[in-house]
Amino acid sequence: MKKTVFLGALTVAGLAAGAASAQTLSDVQERGTLNCGVTTGLVGFAAPDANGEWDGFDVAVCRAVAAAVLQDPTAVEFVPTTGKTRFTALASGEIDMLARNTTWTFTRDVDLKFEFVGVNYYDGQGFMVPKALGVSSATELAGATVCIQTGTTTELNLADYFRRNNMEYTPVPIETNAEAQQQYLAGACDVYTTDASGLAATRAAFENPGDHVVLPEIISKEPLGPLVRHGDNEWGDVVRWTLNALIAAEEYGITSTNIEEMATNGSPEVKRILGTEDELGSKLGLDAEWARRAIAAGGNYGELFARHIGESTPIGLSRGLNAQWTDGGLLYAPPFR
Amino acid sequence: MADTHAHSVRFVRDTMLPEQEPPGAERGVVKWMRENLFSTIPNGILTLLALYCIWWMLSSVMPWFLNGIWDAPSIRACREILEGQLGGCFAVLTERWNQLLFGFQYPSEQYWRPTVAFVLLFIAIAPVLFRKVFPAQMLVFTAVYPFLAYWLIWGGSILVPIFAAAGIVAGYLTYSRLVAQSFAMGFFGGILAALVFWFVVGFIPTEGIVALEPVASRNMGGFMLNLILGTVCVSLSIPFGIALALGRRSDMPIIKAICVIFIEFVRGVPLITLLFVANVVLAYFLPPGSNFDLILRVIIMITMFASAYIAEVIRGGLAALPKGQYEAADSLGLDYAQAMRLIILPQALKISIPGIVNVAVGLFKDTTLVSIISMFDLVGMIRGPILASTDWNGVYWELLGFAALLFFVVCFGISKYSQWLERELATDHR
Repeated sequence: MKKTVFLGALTVAGLAAGAASAQTLSDVQERGTLNCGVTTGLVGFAAPDANGEWDGFDVAVCRAVAAAVLQDPTAVEFVPTTGKTRFTALASGEIDMLARNTTWTFTRDVDLKFEFVGVNYYDGQGFMVPKALGVSSATELAGATVCIQTGTTTELNLADYFRRNNMEYTPVPIETNAEAQQQYLAGACDVYTTDASGLAATRAAFENPGDHVVLPEIISKEPLGPLVRHGDNEWGDVVRWTLNALIAAEEYGITSTNIEEMATNGSPEVKRILGTEDELGSKLGLDAEWARRAIAAGGNYGELFARHIGESTPIGLSRGLNAQWTDGGLLYAPPFR
Repeated sequence: MADTHAHSVRFVRDTMLPEQEPPGAERGVVKWMRENLFSTIPNGILTLLALYCIWWMLSSVMPWFLNGIWDAPSIRACREILEGQLGGCFAVLTERWNQLLFGFQYPSEQYWRPTVAFVLLFIAIAPVLFRKVFPAQMLVFTAVYPFLAYWLIWGGSILVPIFAAAGIVAGYLTYSRLVAQSFAMGFFGGILAALVFWFVVGFIPTEGIVALEPVASRNMGGFMLNLILGTVCVSLSIPFGIALALGRRSDMPIIKAICVIFIEFVRGVPLITLLFVANVVLAYFLPPGSNFDLILRVIIMITMFASAYIAEVIRGGLAALPKGQYEAADSLGLDYAQAMRLIILPQALKISIPGIVNVAVGLFKDTTLVSIISMFDLVGMIRGPILASTDWNGVYWELLGFAALLFFVVCFGISKYSQWLERELATDHR
């Protein structure tokens, strides 16, 4: 009897947790901090520095949202999550949003009841080879030995790709990325394949990164983006349009340095984004300058990319698919009107 | 000799010959080496092989260690300084030592607090570990220490740990007043008194009274977290383990059933599962905003796990005692508590020492598992933030070697202590 009462109470508490989450925006504003889920550490995307300050490409999304909602890009409580704890942390309400290189898939969106608000990085499986091999395209990899992490989708993608191109290959199964680095450097395989951003980070850790190239072919789709819980569309809109504002800012040339000038002299669309015309902010439940603060927090999408993972950093990722649609990439923010 | 010259030469030696040194092969280093290293041909071959192995290991490790770079801002800078030569990049340790020891979120100007708590820990456990060396009065400090350490590490008002301690004292006073009537009454009365006391003092505002800057549990990390979890869980799980072991051998069916089910259930589940329950599943059941401290949840789970194992170790010790010991205790007219306290447990625990230490060492190392539920203990710090920083991505040996060194020092210390304790307590026939 006592046990059933106890379990009943737990269920009620659980339901209350679900019901209470429908007002995340006011919860966040009341609390004064944004609880943002990040990874426990991924090169370039999220990691604390020597002073314990979180920094990285995913972290910048959290800071932008905090700047938009709370007027303060540092008002973020970062909650580190692992691949295993991230979804429960979001579902249980421990975090308000998750910005943790999470691939947007059908089951996560529909079955796990999350809402992906956009894509901040288009990743995909790529190949890395030693420069000495003299290969410039993945179609020349016939007969290669390939280091591949077992039990992942990358393994299946690899098999499909080689079969489609009528090529043979010898897989070298490995367990972790660290092991892959060792095997690849020791020459146990000609090619290492995993997500392109992971390849770049691995390559950056090499003693002579210049001796290795990441081939241009990307053979799978891994759209990574921030997500929130189902059932709170107002909050989802806030996160979605903060991300869109960062992307649109790059498209219209709004940077963290010229933002004040653009607010007065920019095109009508720029003025709408920055809150000098129209009242877009109030429709989100925020003030007029929400997007201006979000952009000023770390810069527009292009600035964030360049600072954390771009070609001038040791990771050295090129924009590729993550260029603006005007430059032949996939970034395409819907109009602000 | 005496026969041939006895008649021709009259000579009797009247002084002793000075003692001669043994031949060169029979003394000093040479003798020791002949006896211990080259006594037979196979042994000689093995010695040479071992020497070669040692030389081979040292010749590859020492340049790496001696060439090590201790001051550089990133792994790339390290490599630039080394210019392709073999050498470790220990600069990561000099730059991130504070994160490895305290986690990356503990405020750096407060590092002295956990350090003081760590030093006081030795003073607190000294009278427990070395009963004969230190005066018994020091046990008072041992009793105070948990509250003091909590105050130092977590901060906040000193009234909180004082109230916590006072509640326990209130409970104990009630217990000792009521236990004369019946044990159950004393036991539950004591618990009730403590709860009432805590409930009442909960209304007293404690904010800012002799307060240290509070540090939230989620900001704990590094080796400090391993030590907190290890110390607390080991010291809690031994009394719980004893209670469970006695309960399992009890004649009372309900108590016995509870203990058996608890032990078998907890032992049948991997620790990592319990940690996931603590971290993930409980969050679903707690109302949002109510933040049941994560470290506390983890401590409860690890303590449960360790006490089940220690209970089985102690049960082994109890089973090893000859039946005569139990009968002797009964024949002296001792009641159950006296018999256990004075006769059975001292012997059973002595037998169980190696097993208990084994569990304790294993438990201490198991605390690194919390890195999987995104707590930043020593291993979590290395695998997460440090290896994921653009500066240090790719430094494996130096970091993990450092972690291994810290754990080895602690575990080896525990092991040495337990060997000493076994000798100290050896009263049986040798």
